[in-house]
Amino acid sequence: MAPPSHDLRRAYKRPAISDQQRRRELALLRQSQHRADSHHRARQLASSLLPSSEGPLRTEQEIEPEVEPGTEPEVEPEARVLDAPRAAKLGGAEARRWFARQIMLPEWMIDAPPDLDRNWYVFPRPAGKRCFVVSSNGTTVSRLRNGSVLHHFPSSLPNGARTKDKSGPSSSYSILDCIFHEPDQTYYVIDMVCWRGYSLYDCSAEFRFFWLNSKLTETGACNPPSTYHKYRFSIVPIYECTEQGLHAAYSGVVPYVKDGLLFYNKQAHYQTGNTPLALVWKDGACSQYLLDTDSKGQVPSQQQVVLELQEDGKLTTSDDPPHVFGCFDRDFIQKSGLRPGNLLRFAIRDESVRLVDGKMEISDLQFVGRSNRARAFADSHSKVLFQYAARHSPLRIEDLFACIRSSPTDEDGSNDIEMAG
Amino acid sequence: MAMEITQILLAAQSPDAQIRTAAEESLKQFQEQNLPHFLLALSVELSNEQKPPASRRLAGIILKNSLDAKDSIRKEELTQRWVSVDPAIKFQIKESLLRTLGSPVAEARHTSSQVTAKVASIEIPRREWQELIAKLLTYMTQQDTTSSLKQATLEALGYVCEEVSPQDLQQDQVNAVLTAVVQGMNQKEHSSEVRLAAVKALYNALDFAQTNFENELERAFIIKVVCETAVSKESEIRQAAFECLVSIASTYYEILEPFMPSLFNLTSNAVRGDEEPVALQAIEFWSTVCDEEIAIQEEYGGADEGSSSLHHRFIEKALPSLVPMLLETLLKQEEDQDQDDSMWNLSMAGGTCLGLVARTVGDAVVPLVMPFVQENIMKADWHNREAATFAFGSILEGPSVEKLAPLVHSGLDFLLNAMKDQNSHVKDTTAWTLGRIFELLHAPTSAYPVITNENLPRIMAVLLESIRDVPNVAEKVCGAIYFLAQGYEDEPSSSVLTPYLGDTISALLSTADRTDTTNSRLRASAYETLNEMVRCSNLPETSNMIAQLLHEIMKRLNQTLELQIISSEDREKQSDLQALLCGVLQVIIQKLSNSDSKALILQSADQMMLLFLRVFACRSSSVHEEAMLAIGALAYATGSDFAKYMPEFYRYLEMGLQNFEEYQVCSISVGVVGDICRALDEKVLPFCDGIMSALLKDLSNSMLHRSVKPPIFSCFGDIALAISENFEKYVPYAIPMLQGAAELCSHLDASDEDMLDYGNQLRRGIFEAYSGILQGFKNTKAELLMPYAGNLLKFTEAVFRDKNRDEGVTRAAVAVMGDLADALGPTTKALFKESHFYSDFLEESFQSDDDQLRETATWAQGMIRRVFLS
Repeated sequence: MAPPSHDLRRAYKRPAISDQQRRRELALLRQSQHRADSHHRARQLASSLLPSSEGPLRTEQEIEPEVEPGTEPEVEPEARVLDAPRAAKLGGAEARRWFARQIMLPEWMIDAPPDLDRNWYVFPRPAGKRCFVVSSNGTTVSRLRNGSVLHHFPSSLPNGARTKDKSGPSSSYSILDCIFHEPDQTYYVIDMVCWRGYSLYDCSAEFRFFWLNSKLTETGACNPPSTYHKYRFSIVPIYECTEQGLHAAYSGVVPYVKDGLLFYNKQAHYQTGNTPLALVWKDGACSQYLLDTDSKGQVPSQQQVVLELQEDGKLTTSDDPPHVFGCFDRDFIQKSGLRPGNLLRFAIRDESVRLVDGKMEISDLQFVGRSNRARAFADSHSKVLFQYAARHSPLRIEDLFACIRSSPTDEDGSNDIEMAG
Repeated sequence: MAMEITQILLAAQSPDAQIRTAAEESLKQFQEQNLPHFLLALSVELSNEQKPPASRRLAGIILKNSLDAKDSIRKEELTQRWVSVDPAIKFQIKESLLRTLGSPVAEARHTSSQVTAKVASIEIPRREWQELIAKLLTYMTQQDTTSSLKQATLEALGYVCEEVSPQDLQQDQVNAVLTAVVQGMNQKEHSSEVRLAAVKALYNALDFAQTNFENELERAFIIKVVCETAVSKESEIRQAAFECLVSIASTYYEILEPFMPSLFNLTSNAVRGDEEPVALQAIEFWSTVCDEEIAIQEEYGGADEGSSSLHHRFIEKALPSLVPMLLETLLKQEEDQDQDDSMWNLSMAGGTCLGLVARTVGDAVVPLVMPFVQENIMKADWHNREAATFAFGSILEGPSVEKLAPLVHSGLDFLLNAMKDQNSHVKDTTAWTLGRIFELLHAPTSAYPVITNENLPRIMAVLLESIRDVPNVAEKVCGAIYFLAQGYEDEPSSSVLTPYLGDTISALLSTADRTDTTNSRLRASAYETLNEMVRCSNLPETSNMIAQLLHEIMKRLNQTLELQIISSEDREKQSDLQALLCGVLQVIIQKLSNSDSKALILQSADQMMLLFLRVFACRSSSVHEEAMLAIGALAYATGSDFAKYMPEFYRYLEMGLQNFEEYQVCSISVGVVGDICRALDEKVLPFCDGIMSALLKDLSNSMLHRSVKPPIFSCFGDIALAISENFEKYVPYAIPMLQGAAELCSHLDASDEDMLDYGNQLRRGIFEAYSGILQGFKNTKAELLMPYAGNLLKFTEAVFRDKNRDEGVTRAAVAVMGDLADALGPTTKALFKESHFYSDFLEESFQSDDDQLRETATWAQGMIRRVFLS
């Protein structure tokens, strides 16, 4: 028959220090945070650039086509299946590879497409670092083509800073394809991949550019930098590729240093990796970087190419499927200590090059050495070919105008529609 | 044997150890050979009036211990053994017990009533011995019943009520018990022994009286009788009656209204004039009413609408008379009460009650207390000064900051001066009050900051001087410094303390070294305050000082290893000191490893680890625990370099994992396994066989405290994530455990809040395990998990439908769906197609306010969508 105990009241004049319990709780808290972090790392790595979407799955069919969420980027299977924990341990090498594969890479324009004036846009490409900008959860991260982080900053993009903008779940992503232009510290947006969780991967370039133009300015991302907006974003003038459009893109004044022209097929979806539906073209007038430089920044007397060494000794381009330019024998590989996956620089003599059915063949590759570490990929076939052409019989701007003029045009198709405001 | 049992029982109490041991041995043999006859013989001995009281008493005690044990597993064993005894023998034993209630020997009666209740506690819930209550009641109503039989019967009834739970008695039985007990309290009819037994029985029966208290007449009658009993002439009976009132206030708060005026008078008279044990219960009555009202206010969060019908505001209404009554008690201190931990007197109870009153009514208490403070604080008699300070300190929690801040501002200087009072009670209470001020009102960002740049130097000077005062004052000063530091926890303001850190650390270290007290609390307070100083210090400003402290503490820990240990008391002292020092090291490691000063930890990692290993070698569980916690923090700091310590450390880790008796040690060791997995990754592999087998054994151990089991499941996930496909060989053991636990989740008692909580922890642990395993196997052996995917989804669905799941469980469950899709890919398409719940689950998650949950759901949705598109 226990009498009511005073034990509860015994806290009399005793400071409520129970540090041991506190230590235990703090330790548990720390452990549970670290557990959550490691699970998060394992998961997020594989999905950090998956287009995310709002709302439950089953409404997928009900959503209007232009904002259809959720189809995912076309990526190679091996890029999808990441050994997440291991990649995390490798200091993000796998992660970089993953990011690197997310960007749409234009082929180099060897010949002008015949429907250039009807089905293509053209715009002057800003000189700078091509990157993916992801805003989510109150922060913005830009990653270079090789996957490494360029900036980590607050921005006015959706969920791009820790502000009280509650226009959607803070976890939803926006992803922009940009070029960071050093002289004015501005991100020039050249494509929109994901907006407030809606994926634009499977939308036509026409729709993506429309969406980019109408949405980006709404956010204030184009405003000058401020506390919660560290870098200015800007759009580039996009033209229909008519005679006037091409002229405007080629010789029009833009606030940035030009580095060639980009041509985008209007119907093409955002396709990761190399695509012939986006094309880059340069000449000496609109780009300082027409001819590739070597590791010292000089234009070498002989053209150089960067190729990837394969398991079987083959030396290939970055295309899918890869184009084989040559082969190393096993002895040489062993002696030189090279490993499959290494990116190697070669010089080519003009006389060793032959063009067969639009493909280039090189009979004599001269090994120069390993390529710059920052490179993530070998050259593409179209780039090698473009560089070759640039040294011998370049595709000139006159050729492009001629192509447009020679094609039958609709009356209304000749009007310029400048989409950039 | 029956003939000899008396001799054996007497021999078992012999002062000669040899005789005693031999007797105990024969008792044990008898018990093992034939338990039913052994129990019967004991009951016969107990009931036999010819036998000496000493042998009867021991017979009763052994009988009681054969029916009940503190340890729940042992108790269950004993219950089963009793149940299986031949019913005829059990009948004889019970008859003996009831017969003994009428024994003229008081000790025999008392023992018998206890044993009767133990038998009842086994049999009544099993719907056996249903005639017991009726039989006991007959004793109460029979004309010729002796007073001693009545007393023993009431005692037995009380014990029975204490042992069995209310749902095991039928209402008519309850009614009859209450009637008998209340009649037993009748002053005119019964002796004081009978009445005391009756009041005590009522105390235990109150829980059964739910239905009776719903009836206005019945409750009025019960309370009237209790109030009459509370003014009996025997103080023991009055005390027991007030204990009943305390219990009524707690159990039946909602019906108290009409009785409050008379209860106020009754308690007030007792507080002012009765003997101390009675007066203490009278104060306890008001403390209990405060507890009830605070609980109501907390539950309804101050929303008057919902609580108005339940909340009678008794304290608020009684305030003008209640507060003066309590203030009077504060002046009844005793000399040296601060030195005696077991002391509990009127002034202590009154001050505690005043603190509860302040928490109940808030601002309204302040104008009633402040005049008392002002009037007494300057008086010559220390009793007045101490009471005034205690009153002020007691009302610091409850009233608003706006109300208190001006008072604290004007009083702070006075309090700081009072730290030099010539009386140490006054200084003790003053230091405690300063601690309360810092704990409750000190916030640098508040509109009414208590501590400013102007007064901080003086405050620190006073505290650092007073920490050298007598031990009980010094302990309170440690508390004040602890809370003062805590106020600066946030990064920007923590610089404020930087100029004082060096002196404060030295003062605390010397305080920990003091030899003028045998009480270990001062040392513990000093080290724990040191911990808080470290936690709240500003980095990198103070990193050099903390590095110095790190070396000093390591030096001290090293010294403990050289202490001469002769007695077990020495061992315990060494172990307590090591626990405190390991605690400080843990805090320092954790503080520095999250900063740019991490290198300071890495430089000393080898030395620290060596010390921890030597501490382990001293073998003591409580140190084990603190050293283990510190090692977990160290593993996090060192990362994969921790691998070099593993060969030495592993055996202690294994010991920790196997220590199921001290579940805190086990639990912390499980957590450290997680730290080590994250630090070592695949380098943990060589130790996984041992770790996994210890963990699996723990899971199957029914003696291990259940709270350790959910973390063990999470730990499976940690291991799998670290060693990836190498976890394969554990799958056949781990998955059935997970499935078993998942099954168990559906059978937990949903009406028990503790069980709900446990169920959630268990679910979360299960999901975390699956997540780790799925992610760990993702690229290599994912197909191995395919056979379990359906089961896992079904479990997830069951959790989805469970209304009691908390957010942590929801997050873990949503994540596991994504992990399933992520790891197993297209093969799960059919499974997800059949499981419609997942889209509802995701939809629900998207509606949540929890950012983390929405993010996880977005991710999981992406993964599942990918499966469908493949």
